[in-house]
Amino acid sequence: MAPAVQLSDISKKFGSFLANDNISLSVEEGTIHAIVGENGAGKSTLTKIIYGMHRPTSGEMAIRGKTVNFASPREAIDAGIGMVHQHFMLAAELSVAENIMLGNEHTRLFGRLAMKSLKELILNDAANYGLPIDPDAPVGSLSVGEEQRVEILKVLFRQATIMIFDEPTAVLTPSETERLFATLRTLRDKGKTIILITHKLDEVLAVADQVSVMRKGNIVGTMPASSVTKAELARMMVGRSVLLQVKNPPASPTETVLTLKKLSWLTLKGEEKLHEISLNVRAGEIYGIAGVEGNGQSELLQALWGLTPAGTKLSGEALLKGKSLIGKNPAEIALMGVSHIPENRLRHAVIVDYTVSENLLFGRHREDSFHKGIGFDSHAVNRNAGKMIADYDIRCTSPALQPLSALSGGNQQKVVLARELNRPSISLLILAHPTRGVDIGAIETIHNKIIEARQNGMAIILLSSELEELIALSTRIGCLFKGSIQHEFSQDEVERKRGSDREFQKEIGLHIT
Amino acid sequence: MTRKSGQILIPFLSILSALLVSCLVIAMAGRDPMMIFSKMFHLTLGSSYGIGQVVFRMTTLIFAGLAVAIPFRLRLFNVGAEGQLQMGAFAAAMTGAMLPSTLPSLVSIPLCIIMAMASGACWALLSGLLKVRFGVNEVIATIMLNFIAQGLTGYLLTYHFAMPSTVHTAPINASATIPSFYTVTGWFANSPANLTTILSLSLALFFQFLLFQSRFGYEMRAAGLQPEAARYGGINAGMHTLVAMGIGGAAAGMGASNIVLSYKHYYEAGMSGGIGFTGIAVALLAGAHPLWIVLSAFFFGFLEYGGLTVNAYIPKDIFMMIEAITILLVIAFSALGKRME
Repeated sequence: MAPAVQLSDISKKFGSFLANDNISLSVEEGTIHAIVGENGAGKSTLTKIIYGMHRPTSGEMAIRGKTVNFASPREAIDAGIGMVHQHFMLAAELSVAENIMLGNEHTRLFGRLAMKSLKELILNDAANYGLPIDPDAPVGSLSVGEEQRVEILKVLFRQATIMIFDEPTAVLTPSETERLFATLRTLRDKGKTIILITHKLDEVLAVADQVSVMRKGNIVGTMPASSVTKAELARMMVGRSVLLQVKNPPASPTETVLTLKKLSWLTLKGEEKLHEISLNVRAGEIYGIAGVEGNGQSELLQALWGLTPAGTKLSGEALLKGKSLIGKNPAEIALMGVSHIPENRLRHAVIVDYTVSENLLFGRHREDSFHKGIGFDSHAVNRNAGKMIADYDIRCTSPALQPLSALSGGNQQKVVLARELNRPSISLLILAHPTRGVDIGAIETIHNKIIEARQNGMAIILLSSELEELIALSTRIGCLFKGSIQHEFSQDEVERKRGSDREFQKEIGLHIT
Repeated sequence: MTRKSGQILIPFLSILSALLVSCLVIAMAGRDPMMIFSKMFHLTLGSSYGIGQVVFRMTTLIFAGLAVAIPFRLRLFNVGAEGQLQMGAFAAAMTGAMLPSTLPSLVSIPLCIIMAMASGACWALLSGLLKVRFGVNEVIATIMLNFIAQGLTGYLLTYHFAMPSTVHTAPINASATIPSFYTVTGWFANSPANLTTILSLSLALFFQFLLFQSRFGYEMRAAGLQPEAARYGGINAGMHTLVAMGIGGAAAGMGASNIVLSYKHYYEAGMSGGIGFTGIAVALLAGAHPLWIVLSAFFFGFLEYGGLTVNAYIPKDIFMMIEAITILLVIAFSALGKRME
């Protein structure tokens, strides 16, 4: 039997950049085929070619033995291909059923909608594939996991037999992930073909039948998932062996640096985004905050960095060594010895058009040591840049001339980390999603530097949606759910349970859902 | 195309295409474009008087261009240079006329310039305040303030300060007059080019330094490029908005020294004549770069005076069109350049 999807010598060029280089791949009918690779390896380009969003520069594609040449996603959908996007494409105002039907109304523009039969169809699919949902619920009221179910049902409704999942677990909690995997297996058992794009290697091993590894636009190998280990996959992805688990020696925290006492956040509309958060972070420890996005993380970060929007009411206390942080602006807070690495680095932590050297200065440009007259001391600036570039292995050619935008994501990240960790007399580091969007190869350096900073006596508050990362780095873990800390794991617990990663992840999962 | 070469190429391409379109327009008006342009070159850059006239016009345009360029670095579009210049000109003329005539030039000239700068700055700061305090779009605010400036100066002139049976104020004291190059150095024949040019060039240099060498400029450019990142970096964007508008307004006001203190010696209705608006084109053609603004102002100064010189051969209206077409092409090309990046 012909494979479900057969790619032969597919190449895709963007200008002079070769995103896909002579890729040949066959995805067998009725299997879960994972494609893994670092950012920029060409995974999304490849899936966009299959889904008809890009046309290949050269090469051929066949669906079940029939050569195709899609000009648009519409043609791909007609050929039975569906895509569950990483960022859901749903209309929050409409109901589940209306969303599923959107674009496929099966009626004329002013015709009557066959809502009743549609709902039956949805409930039928839902029961068959284990995707329970209320067709009348407005999408805006659903949880992220439920929204994903709607996306899957949408694809099923369009009669897709080949389904592409783009990083489907990025937004899910551990239990939702388990549930999704069960659905994927059911879909496969009922004859669907699934292409799973991900960078989480554990998931690949847990759910995939076949796995293809991409690196720099090439497929470097395709093999059954049962015949390969996580370390082998990582090595194929990066091209060298990588340490997956950072060495985390036991911490010995000393005096309290940050104290939050019943910190609450009330928006202008009266919504309570943070509810009586009380915690303390000591020098020489990493306090991890676990939680699914949207449970108060951004508010907590903004409150600590003096960026509360106008009209917000903050109550309770946030004290740095006894001095309040509330009511101060970022410059004043930085001066007190706080450093902040925001979640969205490209938007908030760097000026992408400034040079690498200038960025290594950004936010610290008020420090006297860089000053000369009313300008900067170029020697001090260059010395600072040179030192950090060497220390953090930042890959760039000419820091004083190259704009930051010319660097890869991981290297941009290192620029921010280097700058913030080297602030003089810093006692507290606020760290959000330190490795989001960063390649496996660079994660290693970043994690080591974070542990090193802790060993040097820095107090670190770490927010991350990757439980694996939290467990690997944290000394204590607080579980944030609906704006309050539901549970706190002590240093003893965290260090003891770090060995049994998966069970610990599930345990944390219980407190954040 | 690299970014650097694009930054240079785009302005020249836009000027070139503007010349081509102009030739077409002139030909359609039934004149020989080659003849017109050769006459124009001859009468402007071919004589020291002509050069002086271009330099004189360039000087005001440098001030107007800088007035637009500095706020532009913060993504603020100052359409109000015209009004700011009017306020500055009126203030300079009033100060120059009211100061005791016994004051030495070294005191009265700076005083007049400072008053002009202060009025321009205050006028621009109004729109800055409206923006920071109430979120009023600066384009709308500056346009409205242009109307108000025109009304205010017009009213004050007509009903209070105009000399009997004229449309201008009393002349300024001799001691407040900025001398022309001709009287000081003998350059540029009898043209109105005057020492203010040196002031305008120094201001461009100063702004270049302020933007690209000072910590203040580092913060300001950051706030313009990525306002949110600037906030996270502890940069007070509201303060920078006010300062940029203030500096811009002061630069526009300084333009008064060229037209009031050295040329006309009084304030007259309509004397700013749209220079503030041409300043927008000057700044855009130069990519809001203070030093390039000098070149760009020279080009527009050449165009303005060149249009006058060929008045006898081609109607003024045609030349007005050519100037506007040039500005449009410059804006279109610079937008194109942005997209190509």
